[in-house]
Amino acid sequence: MTLSTVWVYAESAEGKPTSLTLELLTKARELGGTVEAVYAGEDAAGIAAALGEHGASKVYAMRDLNDALPGAAVAAAMATQIESSAPDLIMFGMTYEARDVMGRLSVKVDKPVLTNSIDVSVDGSTVKCTTAIFGGNTLVTTAVSGGAPALAAFRPKSFVAEAGGGADGEVVEVAVPDVGATGAARVTARHVEESTGPKLDEANIVVSGGRGLGEAGNYHLIEDLAKLLKGAPGASRAIVDAGWVPYSYQVGQTGKVVKPTVYLAAGISGATQHMVGMKGSKNIIAINKDKEAPIFSISDLGIVGDVHKVLPKLIEALQARG
Amino acid sequence: MSRSPHDPICGRGAWGADYDAMNVVVCVKQIPDPAVPGALDPSTKTLKREGKLILDESDSYGVEMALQLVDAAGGGEVSLVSMAPNNEVSGLRTALAMGAAKAVLVSDPSLQGSDSLSTAKVLAKAIERLGTPDLVLTATESTDGYTGTVPEQIAELLGLPSVTFAKHVEVAGETVKVQRQTEAGYDEVECPMPAVVSVTAGVVEPRYPSFKGIMAAKNKPVEEVTVADLGLDASSVGWPGARQDITDIVAAEARQAGEVIEDDGEGHLKIIAFLEGLKVI
Repeated sequence: MTLSTVWVYAESAEGKPTSLTLELLTKARELGGTVEAVYAGEDAAGIAAALGEHGASKVYAMRDLNDALPGAAVAAAMATQIESSAPDLIMFGMTYEARDVMGRLSVKVDKPVLTNSIDVSVDGSTVKCTTAIFGGNTLVTTAVSGGAPALAAFRPKSFVAEAGGGADGEVVEVAVPDVGATGAARVTARHVEESTGPKLDEANIVVSGGRGLGEAGNYHLIEDLAKLLKGAPGASRAIVDAGWVPYSYQVGQTGKVVKPTVYLAAGISGATQHMVGMKGSKNIIAINKDKEAPIFSISDLGIVGDVHKVLPKLIEALQARG
Repeated sequence: MSRSPHDPICGRGAWGADYDAMNVVVCVKQIPDPAVPGALDPSTKTLKREGKLILDESDSYGVEMALQLVDAAGGGEVSLVSMAPNNEVSGLRTALAMGAAKAVLVSDPSLQGSDSLSTAKVLAKAIERLGTPDLVLTATESTDGYTGTVPEQIAELLGLPSVTFAKHVEVAGETVKVQRQTEAGYDEVECPMPAVVSVTAGVVEPRYPSFKGIMAAKNKPVEEVTVADLGLDASSVGWPGARQDITDIVAAEARQAGEVIEDDGEGHLKIIAFLEGLKVI
C-alpha cells in the first residue's frame, strides 16, 4: 500500500539540495503516489531540477523570510498549504531548521511528531516509523494514529539517495503570513567555521578524539592524522562541551552521523551518545587505555594503549611512507 | 471555552514588560540516572522510571544560565517547571539547591506515555501559571528522550518567539541576543522578550549546590498540580494524547567485536596493516 501524497521538507547548502533532502525524497518515492517538496529560501528555482530528479513533482516555495528564523512563519505557511494539498506524511531531516519548523507545525495542526526515525513504512494507510534506542541496540517501531498528516523526522544517512529521473519540480509559490511577535527572532550575522579537507559527514576516513587526549593542546594529533589519511577530524561530545573544538566537529546523537569506510576513535570510551553517530561505519579502529571501554565492543581493531604514545608513532610511520 | 491549539495562550501584552528585574522560567526534566543502563517496561513499552530520578544534566545548563541572567539584571527570580507521572522531586531539589526560587511540578498518573506535544501542552500551562516570565529556558533535548521539539512547541503554544540551540545568551534591554549553532558555524540572533530560548550543553559551567543551598532548597516552595488543575483534559496527554502505538521492539543486529590487542609499542603497526588491508593507504 502507498500513501496518496508525501511531502519532504527540503533544505539546501551552497546552492544545492542537501544529501539528507535527496535521501528523504528517494524514500518518499517508495511510499507515496505523489511526492512534493516544501522549501523555505530564495533559490527554489535553482534546486527544482535536482529535487525533481529525486521525485518531487512540485516544490512549494516560501520566500521573503527577511532573515527571520524560519520556524514560526514557515510552519504557518505550511499549515495553510496542508489544507489544500492534504499530505498524508511530511518527512523532515533531523536538522536545526527542520526541527524548529516541525515543532511549530505540530502545534498548528495538533499532530504528534516522531523524531530520530531511521526507517518508515506504510501498513494499510498507517505510517510506521522506526527509531533506534539505547545506543542503537534496540529498534522500536511506532505506528502513528493521529491522522493525516503524520509528521516524522529522520536521521541523516537512514536511506540511500538515488535519482529517479523525474522532470524538474514545478515551483509553486506559497505566501508566508505575518505571524507577528511569534516570528520576531532575526538573524543579524552569520558565521561559518572554516575547515579544510573533506566534510565530516562525507569523508571516507574519520579520525575522532575524546577526553583521553588529556588536554585541548593535544587535539592537533587528531588533525595531523586525519590530514595524512585524507580524512576529516571529529570529536566526542565531551571535548566539544569542554570547548576544545567547535560543535561542528561533534560526532554523535546530537552531532553528525558518519558512516565512513574507516572510523578511528582515539581516547573515546564509547558513550551511547557517541556510538549512535558512528556505529554505522564500515570499519572501526579504537585506541583507548581502558580495556573495558565500550568502544572495543564494536571495534574491528582495538588497541589497548596510550593515545599519547600510539598516535605520534602512527603519524610518524605514515609520514615515512610519504 | 475550549482553546484550540492555534490560539496563543497569552499574548505579548499579557506578560507585562518590566525588565528591571528578570524573571526566568526553566523547564527541567527529572530522568533515570543515564549511567544506569536503560530498559523498557515490557507492559507499558515506555522507559523504566523506577528508582531515584535525577536532574537531567542538559537542564543544569539552563538553570545556571537563568541564575546568571537574573544576577546580571540585579533582580528577579528563577522558577522551575517540570512534569512527572509520579510526585518525584529529587531532581527539582537539585535545581532549587543551585539557586532557583520555586517550582511547579505537574504530577499525574495520566501523564504516563506523554509524547513531546503533550509534554509541551502541560509545560506551557505550568509556565502560564507562574505569571509573567521574561524568558523561558529549556535544554535543546532531554538526555533520555531526545526528541528536541518541545521548546518550539512550547513557544508556539504560548504565542512567543523563540531561538533554539543557543550557545551564548545575553540580555540587552528588552532584547535577548543569542549565538545560535548552525550546521556551518553559528548565527547571531536577536529576539524581543518575552521569548523561549533552548540552550545547548556546555554553554556555562553549572554550579555545584552548596551545603547552604541544599538546606535552603528543602524549604523552597514546590507546588504540585494535576493535569486537571491546569485545565487540560486527561485525553490530551499520556498515551491517548500521544496518538501513537509501539508495534514492535526488536534487538538491532549486533556489531561483533573484532581483535583487541594490548599495545606493546608496536600497536601502530597493527593499525597500518589494517588500513593497508582495506586499501585506504
